[in-house]
Amino acid sequence: MTIMTYANAALEAIRQSMQSDPTVWCVGEDLGRGGVFGQYKGLREEFGEARISDAPISEAAIMGAAFGAAMVGTRPVVEMRFADFALCATDELVNQIAKARFMFGGQSRAPMVIRKPMGLWRSSAAQHSQSLESWYVHIPGLVVLCPATPQDNYSMLKAAIACDDPVVYLEHKNIWALEGDVDFDHQITLGEASTRRTGADVTIVSWSNTANLAVEAADTLADKNIDAEVIDLRSLWPWDKSAVLDSVRKTGRLVVAHESVAVGGFGAEIVATVAEQVASSLKGPVRRLGAPRSLIAYAPNLEDKMRVTAEMIVTAAQETFE
Amino acid sequence: MTIENFNTDRGLALLTVMERIRAFEEQACLAAERDKLVLGAIHPSIGQEGVAAGVMSNLNKDDIILSTHRGHGHTLAKGASSVAMMRELLGREGGCCGGKGGSMHIADFEVGMLGANGVVSANITIAAGAAHAIKLLGDDRIVVDIFGDGAINRGPFLEGLNWSTVFDLPILFVCEDNQYSATTKTSSMTGGDGPAARATALGLRATEVDGNDAEAVADVAAEICARLRAGGKPEFLHAVTYRQTGHTSFDPAAYRPEGEAAKHRLENDPIARQRDILLTAGISEQALTDIRGEAQAEMIEALRLAAASPFPDDDTVFLDVQDLGSPAVEAY
Ligand SMILES: Cc1ncc(C[n+]2csc(CCOP(=O)(O)OP(=O)(O)O)c2C)c(N)n1
Ligand SMILES: [Mg+2]
Repeated sequence: MTIMTYANAALEAIRQSMQSDPTVWCVGEDLGRGGVFGQYKGLREEFGEARISDAPISEAAIMGAAFGAAMVGTRPVVEMRFADFALCATDELVNQIAKARFMFGGQSRAPMVIRKPMGLWRSSAAQHSQSLESWYVHIPGLVVLCPATPQDNYSMLKAAIACDDPVVYLEHKNIWALEGDVDFDHQITLGEASTRRTGADVTIVSWSNTANLAVEAADTLADKNIDAEVIDLRSLWPWDKSAVLDSVRKTGRLVVAHESVAVGGFGAEIVATVAEQVASSLKGPVRRLGAPRSLIAYAPNLEDKMRVTAEMIVTAAQETFE
Repeated sequence: MTIENFNTDRGLALLTVMERIRAFEEQACLAAERDKLVLGAIHPSIGQEGVAAGVMSNLNKDDIILSTHRGHGHTLAKGASSVAMMRELLGREGGCCGGKGGSMHIADFEVGMLGANGVVSANITIAAGAAHAIKLLGDDRIVVDIFGDGAINRGPFLEGLNWSTVFDLPILFVCEDNQYSATTKTSSMTGGDGPAARATALGLRATEVDGNDAEAVADVAAEICARLRAGGKPEFLHAVTYRQTGHTSFDPAAYRPEGEAAKHRLENDPIARQRDILLTAGISEQALTDIRGEAQAEMIEALRLAAASPFPDDDTVFLDVQDLGSPAVEAY
């Protein structure tokens, strides 16, 4: 067990994966100098320029070429720099990577990880702050992961690289420096949620950085004699329905919270599933928190208007008792 | 071409491949229009067979190709089974893609054919990546990516060609220029001096060839492939040909100038030209007739077998989507 940052935990996952599998390589803009957030620092020196590959500012080619290389026996880790820029490679991801195995009748696989740092971070404004995870969940063929802790960023990235499906890997930019214990031997099964806190009174389902806020909120709720259970989904496709349904059966109350726009967000899928399958267990109104369907501004006070905060989660949890 | 050093075996092989492509597509068009057995769109390459035959004659089985929506010819020339291909066009069990892809997604990884593509231009970056993997793995195979003249107006052309020069990849890009982008004359929508000029600007060595002369295509492709195999830089081949049919088998192509297609059929058909070359080289009329007869018999039989094949099992609909979160486990 060592204490590591969220960023370094991922870096270590890549280093270990590259050491054990010579077909793993990373490609993206500026990787040779460690990447924009330093997530590849030192890897060029260890693995050379062919395996820690710089790329032209050609997102479609980074995605498309990595896909071609994935079909021909390598396991690329694609760095998109900011999740927002991955939109320049939408055809490659949605029409090509996600569909090839099926369209070609199982003749091919695309074992690749597409890293897309997302989320609100330091006045980055409308084109560098989005959380679009729900888009990708809508695309059959893709696995969608949203780690929230250093341990998960280590264990999930390692599992993602080993996975034969294309994985959209959404790290949150605001928690690169978040520190936590990391056990290199801890393996996780992709698709299993993590119960970050057990509780009997209300279930809070979240993922990515908002899951960390949910844990904070649960501490505050404990002071108010509300025993909250926090489920960090970690993986949106596949998602751990039984963890959520079992918890709601137990607590009878549900809050869903995510940073992305509430309308059409993945929270809606969770609430709909709960409504279909365990509605009779509910003892109070369900609350769903997400961003307003608006744009992320530069000015800090305006940026804050788009945030789901720990306080909002506390209030929402209290409202499930009304 | 001097008859003295003419390679008769290669000449006959080129004709055979072209006749097989032509016969395959004629049967496919009949299956679409007459029999209503091909349900989706098919894009025939009738009139363009010289490019497929000439380029593929220089590839080994483990070399890789990627193609377009108009890819039957390339796939057949790379060695795919005509029966499996016809089954795919009819959406049947035993099709190359199990009936899930159809004409526009035809692929046969066993023979290094990594897929046609329903999205114009998309395979250019993917092909560059296939070549990238070959280089990373230290293999000695090469990649050929074929696309149409319309594809050079999409971004992947710039990004993919640039990628190939930046990483110095073993790839040949072939622009199979049939002069049309669906119903539009491509020249009317293309700035600058055309495909080869664009490729040259991106650092590729570019060659132009008469795509209706299978011998000429085979000759230049042989030189290019030899350079690539010797560790050379990525190259570009602009092969000018003509689409004798409509854009799809159902398109009457009434937008073309009166007489244009007829003139090409009469004067510039790659199969007729190859037959003339072979006759001049002393091959008998009968031998050529036999080649055509065999090709037609093969494809009539392929259609018969395909039509007699069942549709895929319903259960296969949820197969091969993904391992994690497969719809076979959780469809909704
Ligand atoms: C990105 C994209 N845009 C439009 C289409 C519709 N479309 C299919 S084929 C075609 C014409 C392509 O022309 P070209 O690249 O010259 O190939 P050809 O059909 O002549 O073989 C078009 C516009 C498509 N399939 N993909
Ligand atoms: Mg064309």
